[in-house]
Amino acid sequence: MFEYMGDRISNAIKNIRGMGKITEDNINDAMREIRMALLEADVNYNVVKEFVASVKEKSLGADVGKSLKPDEVFIKIVKDELISLLGGEYEPLSTSEKFEVIMLCGLQGSGKTTTAGKLANILRKKYQRKPLLIAGDIYRPAAITQLQEIGESLNIPVFTEDEKNVLKIVNDGIKYAQENNLDYVIIDTAGRLQIDENLMQELKDIANNISLNEVLLVIDAMMGQDAINVITGFNEALNLTGCILTKMDGDTKGGVALSLRHLTNVPIKFVGDSEKLDGLSEFYPTRMAERILDMGDILSIAEKVEGIISEDDAKEQAKKMQRGTFDLEDFLTTFKQIKKLGPLENIIKMLPQARSMGLNNVSINPKDMAHIEAIILSMTPYERKHPEILKATRKQRIAQGSGRSVEEVNRLLKQFEAMKDMMKMMSNGKMKMPF
Amino acid sequence: MGLFSKFKNIIKKKEEIVKEEENNIEEVIEEKTEETFEKNVKSKKKNKKNVLNEVEEIKDYDKGLKKTRDEFVSKLNFLGIKYTKVSEEYFEELESILIMADIGVNTVMKFMDKLKARVKHENITDTEYLKEVIVDELLVIYVEGESLSDKIKMNEKGPTVILMVGVNGVGKTTTIAKLAHKYKSEGKKVMLIAGDTFRAGAVSQLEIWAKRTDSEFYGQEESDPASVVYDGLVKAKKDNVDIVLIDTAGRLQNKVNLMKELEKVNKVIATHIEGAPQETLLVIDAATGQNGIMQAKAFKEITNITGIVLTKLDGTAKGGIVLAIKEEVNLPVKFVGLGETMNDLKPFDIENYIYGLFKDMI
Repeated sequence: MFEYMGDRISNAIKNIRGMGKITEDNINDAMREIRMALLEADVNYNVVKEFVASVKEKSLGADVGKSLKPDEVFIKIVKDELISLLGGEYEPLSTSEKFEVIMLCGLQGSGKTTTAGKLANILRKKYQRKPLLIAGDIYRPAAITQLQEIGESLNIPVFTEDEKNVLKIVNDGIKYAQENNLDYVIIDTAGRLQIDENLMQELKDIANNISLNEVLLVIDAMMGQDAINVITGFNEALNLTGCILTKMDGDTKGGVALSLRHLTNVPIKFVGDSEKLDGLSEFYPTRMAERILDMGDILSIAEKVEGIISEDDAKEQAKKMQRGTFDLEDFLTTFKQIKKLGPLENIIKMLPQARSMGLNNVSINPKDMAHIEAIILSMTPYERKHPEILKATRKQRIAQGSGRSVEEVNRLLKQFEAMKDMMKMMSNGKMKMPF
Repeated sequence: MGLFSKFKNIIKKKEEIVKEEENNIEEVIEEKTEETFEKNVKSKKKNKKNVLNEVEEIKDYDKGLKKTRDEFVSKLNFLGIKYTKVSEEYFEELESILIMADIGVNTVMKFMDKLKARVKHENITDTEYLKEVIVDELLVIYVEGESLSDKIKMNEKGPTVILMVGVNGVGKTTTIAKLAHKYKSEGKKVMLIAGDTFRAGAVSQLEIWAKRTDSEFYGQEESDPASVVYDGLVKAKKDNVDIVLIDTAGRLQNKVNLMKELEKVNKVIATHIEGAPQETLLVIDAATGQNGIMQAKAFKEITNITGIVLTKLDGTAKGGIVLAIKEEVNLPVKFVGLGETMNDLKPFDIENYIYGLFKDMI
């Protein structure tokens, strides 16, 4: 998402490297680059202006000592400023009360209904809450069906009512939650323009009559300069407690994230980063700033992996890799676990220096992954443990069984061998991990 | 002043049309009472119906773009009051206004260079006059280059297929409903095909719209979009449908597999009906920022995008991204969404758009 902006900033900074000290002259080009990069990322014009001025002022006043080079000082300043733009501290969702009600609002098509499902999923998984989804979008055709289908696939209850008064639906829904021992209510509402007074009144009525723990604005990360009008409009009407940025898995440059907090003081709480129902991540300003500057986000990777692969499994496999006894059966297990992490591209992008290694544009076709799995699954367990016995006829059978060609089977085996060699070398200390 | 004076005239003309019509309506009512002139009135009314349509359209643009205009034009006007003479500060603030309208950084930078050159060349110092030059030059961005048709291509022999594509949440399904309504009211037989088998509720959403607009419908949940489209087209041919509108799942343009799926759908359509899809419309949310350019580029690579539908222009968004898209990707806008009712999808008309945007300024 932020790649482009980050690249331009990194390039700008490169030019400062080798300079003896920071002067107005030698950072001018860098400042211009950064300004353009931010504008092209749809960062609000005024925010860009302030950001550039502030970085410049701090850089010129910075004390470049003997131990730090000018570019290091400069990048530190840029990073700190980015973090402060993004809001500084991580602000978690309210989860400490016994019974909580939150409302999602936003423009049409920002992704409220999908986000409602994703939030419910996180609340149940990470916070052990028992969520209820209330279908409050009575206008868009099939919006209720959509929420019901999402609820069904997650096995989370959805409250619906054939009723024209949304406040009544919400009230009844909350009653339903209390009666059924559910402790976290998420209200999905219809999309509306912040200038639509009638519809905004409907939300205000809910906010005034229901004790809401959070009012979250769901906003599309691809939005342009108008984002600020939308956020201000909703915030003035409803006192937002946070925002959720959706569609961050696109190639948006995500400038909204950089403008939002700074201009409105409304914190970003989550970002939507995949179409799957577990594609919602907590938003950490520091980690995001590091990602923008291609410093990687190992912490987030670790968290993702932790939730899916158990430590024991990982250790067991690492041992096998070291001993060189890692076979196709183990490969398949690992492979399946990795698949659970969601799109691999998203993980790879979070590695430090991913962009300078050209990993940011890697696209992995899920079909290729499925083919690899199909090929391995077409082998007998014995073959998986002893791939060396695979000769022409067996390969043909496997190719037929998996619907792939013999060449593909060969390629997979070759890659697997190469991988095994690499693992051995790494564990012998002959080769270092690239990061 | 070239183009600008032309537009001044257009705006005047539009205003006259609106005014004249208001007078005429009274006339019609008077005439109606005299039964002897009945025949006469009928023919006159027919003529007037055309004019009336045009007037309605101008008014819709006027209304739909009000919020946009209020902000954009008042900023430009204020700039003229703040600086009576052209200066560096003036340019800087102008640049900010244009960027805030999402016109696109590259487009704005080029525009600024051009404007500065012109100011120097023509020795312009008065900001009041420069304001007119600005509108003029903005227009040039859109009308420059090859002239692109904003008309919908129709298939003479068989159904006309219109494929709707775009990222998530831009309003594809709603736009289809509005288009269905439009073609239905023109007396066409319309069919909607639910090619979005991914998003929960998408098929039912389209089915409801089919019922409301009294259109035919084909959809199959939990099925491969390409096969749904295939079966739908078979049915469309059999039922002698005039216009087929195909909904597709929202997809972010950097998702390889989803873009491949779209390629497949496109192939199915092309092999089934010659020359189809006659139109592939990329739906873009007016509030989209610079990503709109990437969307246009990526979708154009996969499918033969013939035009853009700019939705949600009734908000405060300026939709300036269409200027950048025209300049960088060379795609015309074919329809704009100016409100939430069924009649609020209008064929894009650059003159009406400019009128709606700059009316107060001139």
